[in-house]
Amino acid sequence: MSDQTLSQLKQLEAESIHIFRDAVSQAQNPILLYSIGKDSSVLVRLAQKAFYPGRLPFKLLHIDSTWKFREMIAFRDRFCAEQGLDLIVHSNEEGRAAGVNPFDYGSRKYTDTMKTQALLQALRAGKYDLAFGGARRDEEKSRAKERVFSFRDKHQQWDPKNQRPELWNIYNARVNPDESVRVFPLSNWTETDIWQYIRVERIPIVPLYFAAPRPVVERDGQWIMVDDERMRLHPGERPVEKMVRFRTLGCYPLTGAIESTATTVEEIVAETLQVRVSERSTRVIDHDSDSSMEQKKREGYF
Amino acid sequence: MNTIDTYLDEHENKNLLRFITCGSVDDGKSTLIGRLLYDSKLIYDDQLSSLQDASEKNGTTGAGEIDYALLLDGLKAEREQGITIDVAYRYFSTPQRKFIIADTPGHEQYTRNMATGASTANLAIILIDARYGVVTQTCRHAFIASLLGIKHLLVAVNKMDIGGYSEETFHTIRQAFSDFAQKLDIPDIRFVPISALKGANVAARSPELTPWYAGPSLLELLETVDLSQDLNTRDFRFPVQVVIRPHLNFRGFAGTVVSGVIKPGERIRVLPSNKTSVIKRIVTADGDLLEAAAPLAVTLELEDEVDISSGDMIVRDNNLPRVKDRFEAVVIWMSEKPLQAGSQLLVRHAGRFVKARIEALLYAIDVNTMAQSAVSELPLNGIGRVVVETTQPLYFDPYAENHATGSLVFVDPVSNVTAGAAMITDSVFVDAGTPRIVSDAATLLRDHVERREFHWETGLVSPKDRLVRNRHVGKTVIVTGASAHAVQTFGKELEQRLFKLNLNSYYLGFSSLSRGLASDVQDNRSEHDAQIQRLGELARILTDAGLIFITTLPAADAYTIERLKVLNQPNELLVVALGAPAEHAVAPAITIDEAADVGQSVAAVLGLLAEQRVIPEYCI
Repeated sequence: MSDQTLSQLKQLEAESIHIFRDAVSQAQNPILLYSIGKDSSVLVRLAQKAFYPGRLPFKLLHIDSTWKFREMIAFRDRFCAEQGLDLIVHSNEEGRAAGVNPFDYGSRKYTDTMKTQALLQALRAGKYDLAFGGARRDEEKSRAKERVFSFRDKHQQWDPKNQRPELWNIYNARVNPDESVRVFPLSNWTETDIWQYIRVERIPIVPLYFAAPRPVVERDGQWIMVDDERMRLHPGERPVEKMVRFRTLGCYPLTGAIESTATTVEEIVAETLQVRVSERSTRVIDHDSDSSMEQKKREGYF
Repeated sequence: MNTIDTYLDEHENKNLLRFITCGSVDDGKSTLIGRLLYDSKLIYDDQLSSLQDASEKNGTTGAGEIDYALLLDGLKAEREQGITIDVAYRYFSTPQRKFIIADTPGHEQYTRNMATGASTANLAIILIDARYGVVTQTCRHAFIASLLGIKHLLVAVNKMDIGGYSEETFHTIRQAFSDFAQKLDIPDIRFVPISALKGANVAARSPELTPWYAGPSLLELLETVDLSQDLNTRDFRFPVQVVIRPHLNFRGFAGTVVSGVIKPGERIRVLPSNKTSVIKRIVTADGDLLEAAAPLAVTLELEDEVDISSGDMIVRDNNLPRVKDRFEAVVIWMSEKPLQAGSQLLVRHAGRFVKARIEALLYAIDVNTMAQSAVSELPLNGIGRVVVETTQPLYFDPYAENHATGSLVFVDPVSNVTAGAAMITDSVFVDAGTPRIVSDAATLLRDHVERREFHWETGLVSPKDRLVRNRHVGKTVIVTGASAHAVQTFGKELEQRLFKLNLNSYYLGFSSLSRGLASDVQDNRSEHDAQIQRLGELARILTDAGLIFITTLPAADAYTIERLKVLNQPNELLVVALGAPAEHAVAPAITIDEAADVGQSVAAVLGLLAEQRVIPEYCI
């Protein structure tokens, strides 16, 4: 199934396009889960290629936890306007009204309320039978076993012991009412592939990925950016300006920055090769407990 | 930054090798993969440090040494039990190639998981423990690899360090495996003596340990194995996934070239419509192409306006796939519910779903010995050869010629789970005209009815629609009894009573059948079966149409009633016996005293019909 003459990046691109088209041919009401990050940017580009010269046959859904970096929201609105994308934004309004935040509720409770529950609300409301996501298998151990087409029961839950076998490039998206599948077209992409694709395709990404002087405080061994006035400082904490960038983007109080001078994709890759700290280690939620990501996925987190 | 530019360009333009590793934890499989990742410098520092923590908690290698296997076990349950239970994918690259490893467990569910991993692999590494040599499991791994059409096998004789890197051990194992492999269809087999634990001959050659081995290291083999002959470049096949129509002036057919090559100007044919046209443009978001070869995903625009929808296939006009609704395949069954002859399933093949039924289970294949045996069902992880019948023809090539059009998966139509995978073979048994193993009359009749129901074409009016309109469901009532006269009188009376209740009833005398629908059949005992078959088919139709169909068979025996029951499926018969049934007769649903008043007897049958919810209770 592989071709000697086709470069591996072209092969990955072709595979992702195949997945997008196959999923759309099987789904009644698909949606793309858009997280604003670099993988989402790549995901959108591949979707556009899959349906070129037509428009995307689905909308984008962004779950706004209300604690995203301001630059992310600005980028999202600009990107979707420029690319002519239909964007739906959903927040857990009950959670917002109750003032759920990462400081008072802890990262686990906060993530469950403002991300997992918000996502489930939006998926239920939209009656989507298929949702595209940008997860990659090389990101995290439990994702290494996730299918490209991953079945979710009517409670949107993932059962790692009861996954549909997936052979060749034949995918099964059949579901009964209220069940759904999540589809991951980037399953076989690695972080280096993503960067290289952004580089050759000149894909716009949030400026936070590039190093710049930013106000940060050091907390639990991570640099946390003071993105707006809601940031609670611990006694003795004082924001300092540091040249930093982010390897992944999420909610600003939960996403650590790394010290860096990399202002281009090439410099980022150069740093990545030297630093050798895997990507998700700057995400606070992954460190909750030994198997935290697997637990969150079972509960419906992306 | 020049070095990084070079690095990235090099990374982009590498080619890709997908491989599967076969073996159990005891063979050192996880250690080997861990070692490959480690040696290719892709174990990031933090993963490594958390690995060292975990090794002290769960590791089996002892203090101080890194347990590479722990790096790979992804899921919590597996970590606790110390086994991997599913297929996990790992990624690493060297300056020469990018690699995707499908890592499958060596325990239960083995066949299912290994087949899954092998389905996308170019190459399989088979690990043999040097202490034990070729064992049953080795043969099983090699057989599954061969079954899935893997063309390159890399036999890694592991744990060479334990036996002091003995040349003799290596050669004995190589000979034993080569002898066995003659039964397989794998053209390229290589052998490497390694120690995954010590890293001998894994990434780099270790002449100091195995001076007698002059060949490349395992990683060198992975980097250099030639894949260029593996693809089918001859047969252009293009299953259409999506029709793209952004405006009236553009109509493109989006899909993946799954095999072969196509160029603008070439003449094509569309299946199933058989319309022909010429390729006008090969459209992509990055500009039109002068040629599209597998596995590129493109959009084809044609010169003529041809009606094509998702699930159709575009092929070259002078190179057609097979178009058949009956074919043979080797199945790997993956569901708890066993596969049987008669099982009704959905097939997903070349981008569409088609209804299918297993016409015959020809034989099962023992995964350890490759022996064939007749079986009545195929359990989870069973492998067997079947005859498949589909409601619409598939466009396919045998798997040996084309993996993309020769592979399919079975989906359970109720639960929607993927229940099995199959590779289409040449139709040896179908072509020889001997697909049915059992051929006694009862089996043939059941087979006939199953096939009839499988192909039954339904209209838009559902049985429920009919029930709402008619206030009753369809039913076939057979009246039997010693007296032909009494039986006829009763049948006609029942028809009239139902009719007067505003229910749709119809009486057919058996003699009317023999003079009409069955008039081409001689009225003698030997032809009786044929007459009964006509009656059964008629009953099936009239019941489906919503009628209460009444017919009389004065001296029907159990054999006849049984045949009618089968023919009337999926509906059930109601058998009414007048007078005590004869000894050889089938047990009737109701027995009526011949001497009783006809009106009362009919009322009793109406009561039974109401009880069975054929007619509403308020009618009687």
